[in-house]
Amino acid sequence: MSAALISLRVLGPAGLIGLSICLLHLGFALLGPVFVLSDPAAQNAQVMLKAPSVAHWFGTDRLGRDMFARTILGGREAMFIATLSTFFAMLWGGILGVFLGLVGRWPDAVLMRVIDAMMSIPWVLMVMLFIAIFGTGMASLIPVLSFSYGLSVVYLARAATLSFVAEDFIWAAKARGHSPLHIVTTELLPNVQTSLAVQGAMQWSWIFLGVSSLSFLGMGVMPPTPDWGQMIADGRGVMQLAPWVVFWPMLALSSLVIGVNLFVDALARNFGIDRALPLQKYIAT
Amino acid sequence: MLGMVAQRLGWAVFTMVIIALAVFLGLEAMPGDACTVHLGRGASDAALATCRARLNLSDPALYRFFTWAQHLLTEFDLGNSVQRGKPITEIVSWRLRNTIILAGTATALGVPLAIVLGVLTGIYRDSVLDVSVSAFSMFLMTIPEFISGTLLIFIFAIGLGWTSGIVTLSYKAPFWDMMVVSFLPAVTLSFILVAHIARMTRASMIEAMQSDFVLMARLKNVPRRQIIWRHALPNALLPTISVIGLTVAWLLGGVVIVESVFNYPGLGRLAVNAVSDQDLPLVQAIALLFGAIYTLVNLSADLLSITLNPKLRGQRQ
Repeated sequence: MSAALISLRVLGPAGLIGLSICLLHLGFALLGPVFVLSDPAAQNAQVMLKAPSVAHWFGTDRLGRDMFARTILGGREAMFIATLSTFFAMLWGGILGVFLGLVGRWPDAVLMRVIDAMMSIPWVLMVMLFIAIFGTGMASLIPVLSFSYGLSVVYLARAATLSFVAEDFIWAAKARGHSPLHIVTTELLPNVQTSLAVQGAMQWSWIFLGVSSLSFLGMGVMPPTPDWGQMIADGRGVMQLAPWVVFWPMLALSSLVIGVNLFVDALARNFGIDRALPLQKYIAT
Repeated sequence: MLGMVAQRLGWAVFTMVIIALAVFLGLEAMPGDACTVHLGRGASDAALATCRARLNLSDPALYRFFTWAQHLLTEFDLGNSVQRGKPITEIVSWRLRNTIILAGTATALGVPLAIVLGVLTGIYRDSVLDVSVSAFSMFLMTIPEFISGTLLIFIFAIGLGWTSGIVTLSYKAPFWDMMVVSFLPAVTLSFILVAHIARMTRASMIEAMQSDFVLMARLKNVPRRQIIWRHALPNALLPTISVIGLTVAWLLGGVVIVESVFNYPGLGRLAVNAVSDQDLPLVQAIALLFGAIYTLVNLSADLLSITLNPKLRGQRQ
């Protein structure tokens, strides 16, 4: 896999554009606090809803906050939450999916029906149900998002495992008397790691959009931490007077998700994985 | 075929029971209950006790589940809202109608367009139309609803002044008024719907056009138009039906956000309000309703594809 990543040529022009957008966003997210000197939460009644100028490159919002600082720093917390949630979702979903794929029989039948039923509640409502109990904040968002997005990972990991359990090399490993854990780590994982990486990246972009949507609804990243979804919700009422208040966060958020999608599409095409995998399981049956 | 229908019906009932159990008992396992959520952390013991007595929270969980399920099944009674002091069924029914209007308009707008686009891009594969449609649908699939909705308000309400962007109607407004205001939110919702269904229809159209029976028809010198409409299309549309059913899950998730963007008085916005009012029974009821809608739509899609599939129609299993 690392060899495939080194030769960037395989990504094609769209993939390279996507990768550059991702790297640019990563750079802003990591280095933002170094070169953004003004406080993104500082209010200033003197400069409310001012158009972009030399003093405020991206203009100011209805509380006189500097849109440049807020836009540059506005993706950090959502990205952080999305990264940790993706990690935990892939972890528990992956372990359970591989386990169910290997064990089969009644645990598989029962748990998959339960997961099926859970997935019929839209993720927003499931997350909102938890938020109603635990309140917002990172400590409740990360477990909740990991749980609800992990459900589809169970499907993927189980499907990936099932496509290999009948292969000869798995039988050979079983015949050699290897333990199931050994078979999973040395035989199964090397075969599914590329598709796992692509799925992980897709999950990341979905969870990131989820966090931003929750912030838009006022249940995700809470003020004073700036966040793009929250900035759009906040600026919507004044966008007739000051379109830049919603323009910059929209540009930042859209470019990030489009960048991730272009990059993942190119990767998936290169590895020969169908990106629309979550739906594939329904079509197969 | 009857066996398959019975199996699907059984699965739907089973799914509903699991959803109800998960929504009800899953929350039992959590620390706190509807009253601690409603009254907050600083609530006095006396206030908690009165609230629990009002909601009968002191009975055992399983007993409460069965009485609650019994009320639901016999008299469509979903219990009472903590915050609003009214029966949930009464609060929910009008908004359910509004959400169905919204989702129905979105489906009516989106599905025909998606099928036409999918079939065309599938037939004229790799043409300019195909490349531009798939690029555009990737764009539609990745942009979240709150951005596309805000953009639509900006263009059509603020820029062109064709509609009022934000819905100001009461939730009890007459059906036709609701239909009219649901147009812009429905367009927003249909974006993702169109993108997904067009993509799937394209894939199954390509598969059908490469199948043996289409090759056979071409060898028999059947006119191309007839090959597409009579031979390929019916076969390509069959898997699309179940995809449409499943895309409803996306649609329902999107409803929550789109309704908030447009201030549309439906179930989704009610859910958001219920979370900020910390009205747990109401959030539970809405989650259950969404699960039920999803299950019903998928059940109908399954039954429809069973009846439309001649291979399954004859089977006795």
